[in-house]
Amino acid sequence: MSTAIDTMVRFEVFRYQPDWDEPTYQIYDVPYREDWVVLDALNYIKDTIDGSLTYRWSCRMGVCGSCGAMVNGYPKLTCAAFLSEYLPGPIRVEPLVNFNVERDLVTSIDGFMEKLESVQPWIIREDGATDDLKSEYLQTPAQHSAYQQFSMCINCLLCYAACPVSSHSEEFIGPAALALAQRYNLDTRDEGVEQRRDVILKDEGIWECSFVGECSAVCPKHVDPAGAIQQAKMTGAIDYYRRLLMPWTVKS
Amino acid sequence: MRDVDQLQHDVLVIGGGGAGLRAAIAVAQEHPDLSIGIVSKVYPMRSHTVAAEGGMAAVIKDNDSAEDHIYDTISGSDWLADQDAVEMFVEEAPRELIQLEHWGCPWSREATGHVAVRPFGGMKLQRTWFATDKTGFHVLHSLFQTCLQFPSITRYDEWFATKLLVDDGRCQGCTAIELRTGQLRPIYAKAVIIATGGFGRIFPFTTNGAIKTGDGLAIAYRAGVALKDMEFVQYHPTGLPGTGILITEASRGEGGVLRNNKGERYLADYDLGEPLPLDDPRHPQLRTMELGPRDRLSQAFIKEQEKGNTYSGTYGDYVHLDIQHLGEHRIDTKLPFVRELARNYGGIDPVTESIPVRPVVHYMMGGIDTDIEAATSLPGLYAAGECACVSINGANRLGSNSLTELVVFGARAGRNAANFAHASDPAAVDRLESQVDEERARIRRILEQPSGGDRVAELRREMTSTMEEGAGIYRTQEGIEQTYAILSDLRERFGSVDLDDRTNVYNTDLISALELDYMLDISLALAASARDRTESRGSHQRTDHPERDDDQFLKHSLAVRGDDGTPDVSFRDVVITKWPPGSRTYGSTDQAKAAKTES
Repeated sequence: MSTAIDTMVRFEVFRYQPDWDEPTYQIYDVPYREDWVVLDALNYIKDTIDGSLTYRWSCRMGVCGSCGAMVNGYPKLTCAAFLSEYLPGPIRVEPLVNFNVERDLVTSIDGFMEKLESVQPWIIREDGATDDLKSEYLQTPAQHSAYQQFSMCINCLLCYAACPVSSHSEEFIGPAALALAQRYNLDTRDEGVEQRRDVILKDEGIWECSFVGECSAVCPKHVDPAGAIQQAKMTGAIDYYRRLLMPWTVKS
Repeated sequence: MRDVDQLQHDVLVIGGGGAGLRAAIAVAQEHPDLSIGIVSKVYPMRSHTVAAEGGMAAVIKDNDSAEDHIYDTISGSDWLADQDAVEMFVEEAPRELIQLEHWGCPWSREATGHVAVRPFGGMKLQRTWFATDKTGFHVLHSLFQTCLQFPSITRYDEWFATKLLVDDGRCQGCTAIELRTGQLRPIYAKAVIIATGGFGRIFPFTTNGAIKTGDGLAIAYRAGVALKDMEFVQYHPTGLPGTGILITEASRGEGGVLRNNKGERYLADYDLGEPLPLDDPRHPQLRTMELGPRDRLSQAFIKEQEKGNTYSGTYGDYVHLDIQHLGEHRIDTKLPFVRELARNYGGIDPVTESIPVRPVVHYMMGGIDTDIEAATSLPGLYAAGECACVSINGANRLGSNSLTELVVFGARAGRNAANFAHASDPAAVDRLESQVDEERARIRRILEQPSGGDRVAELRREMTSTMEEGAGIYRTQEGIEQTYAILSDLRERFGSVDLDDRTNVYNTDLISALELDYMLDISLALAASARDRTESRGSHQRTDHPERDDDQFLKHSLAVRGDDGTPDVSFRDVVITKWPPGSRTYGSTDQAKAAKTES
């Protein structure tokens, strides 16, 4: 690519403060750099043009999960959205949809934090209280592989912004939290499937999920939450019929 | 004015990364009757522990021994580590890593189902546990998700701690800004643990995320606690030029090699042993060549640069890290993140090309002065993790010891703070109110400062630039003094810093200004300590004092903030138990053994 060094790219950035009647889009012109990502442009704006522009970021290497936003209408980590993919511009940056906006690009993630906690994303063991920590629990590479993909979720919440069910149902536990529930359910060290069952299967959302797969398509870490939800549905359905037809096989 | 709903806990943890979460869980598990608060300026899963890649050291395999891990750590530290602390650290490490395993950390496994270990720099045996090359990410999320089960833990997510509250010689909480409202509020506690991580952001080129601004160190320093060994800054030898994104040492642990612009494995010229051919089954050799310690490898880069043996690029000079011979399968199973990062941010695929790399500020050996119990000199105040300096890392930390340090000392801080809280009276709220008012006034002054002064970003740019100039890999008296003078000037100019944002809700411009204020304090402490240590040891290299000087400097530096805000530096003896100072020998395990026997 041979874009001249003095090329400018136009940004249209969503601005909002709680005491404003309505949001606006502010225009900023940012010099184009071939290796810059949208986050670099936001930092350029904040450092040299307008220190009041508000957004979250930290690691700038796609692992802390802070910097998600809508870039030209599509959920992206701004640290992984290269300007070169959006030429000639303009590039519109907005907060992730399906979340309430606190200010500018910052959204409230309180709802997600509650949903995450509700699926009990921790190892549940019957012997928990007598854990002597003398040796590790054994787990073969194959057993490890069974859940590894679902353990890669960085909680960036792009999947919630992409999810058609989340867009009309605030109650839906949602892709990331369900993938993490499945991550623990599939871990051979965990004995908490029963405890997680109710919250997952009672969740209306999972039956509403139509396997559109948008969540998996936008996931920057290839977690495949849609796959996790399908697995959970399948297990739920099998479990339902087993309880109905063969109650003696079900643990009390 | 008194708060209607006062925020009060038995133990307050500042920082929600690996050390802070481990500390909070220790309190919750062992003292379910105590109430715990965690204050974090970001949601805990955003903490920078998330970015650690390579792994976590602990003796677990039959061929390994505590003695070996201790010796590697002490020699790696250039004998500046306290040996009683290292012994305890190595002793407690395996239990803590098994604990993480029981909490769900998805460690990579051997075919037998046991955890796998990999080689790491400066380590004589393979003892680094790993979860592919996203170990920190998995450790952080395992700890965070585990902590969600304890009802006694209250989180203050996106609250920025600004000051410690101290009365009657005892730490009794902190003030913090709730970002969502902009309100500054006191949070009282019987004991406080600081676990805010490192401060790589005082330098321009760093692997550290934006949040690594050393706020925790600064608030302890302002409360009268010493900062220890601040002059020891670890440059990781392999960062991506431009962004400073880390390419893990595990890439060399798996067999990756460094080459200069002549294609030579140049480390052979720097007393790090002989290179073996890549197809030799003994490659990579432990404690040799690419598996030497980070300080020596980063120093070798500068020497190569001086010889004209480095490549030059848009973002400065670099050398090549070559992992192509590992093959696509091994890269994808053991180093998938390296491939992802090199492709996205380096624009190359390491399966078919070498990765351009250069030294990058990565880790701070120095920090809040604590003892082996994670206690500071201020009763009721504890510190753990990168923000603390016990010291087990001395003048150079070994790769894969820092994540272990988070959990070993995080747990100790939690237990000791809990015991302290049990034996203590509640905070003297009435007597602390004036401190809270003063803090509100201080922050209001910054917020309402008339226009005309420098912007935050400009002062920050000048600060980071002078730190690199005078306090980089090689240092001189003159250079450090100049840096100190520039920092003092910036300190003055900060008094009229000009914010663009004067509002309350989520004011990140204000937070950046407060972070800058803290970074200036700790940068001054770092520069003063580097100025006063007139020897070369580990990561602190003085070209005007090139030798290690055990007679004068087998000592920790301690920087205390004087009444005028400037640092006073003094020194304290290192604790030696069984390993008298010797020469740091790398090159082969046999040589290392020989050095050990001599000592």
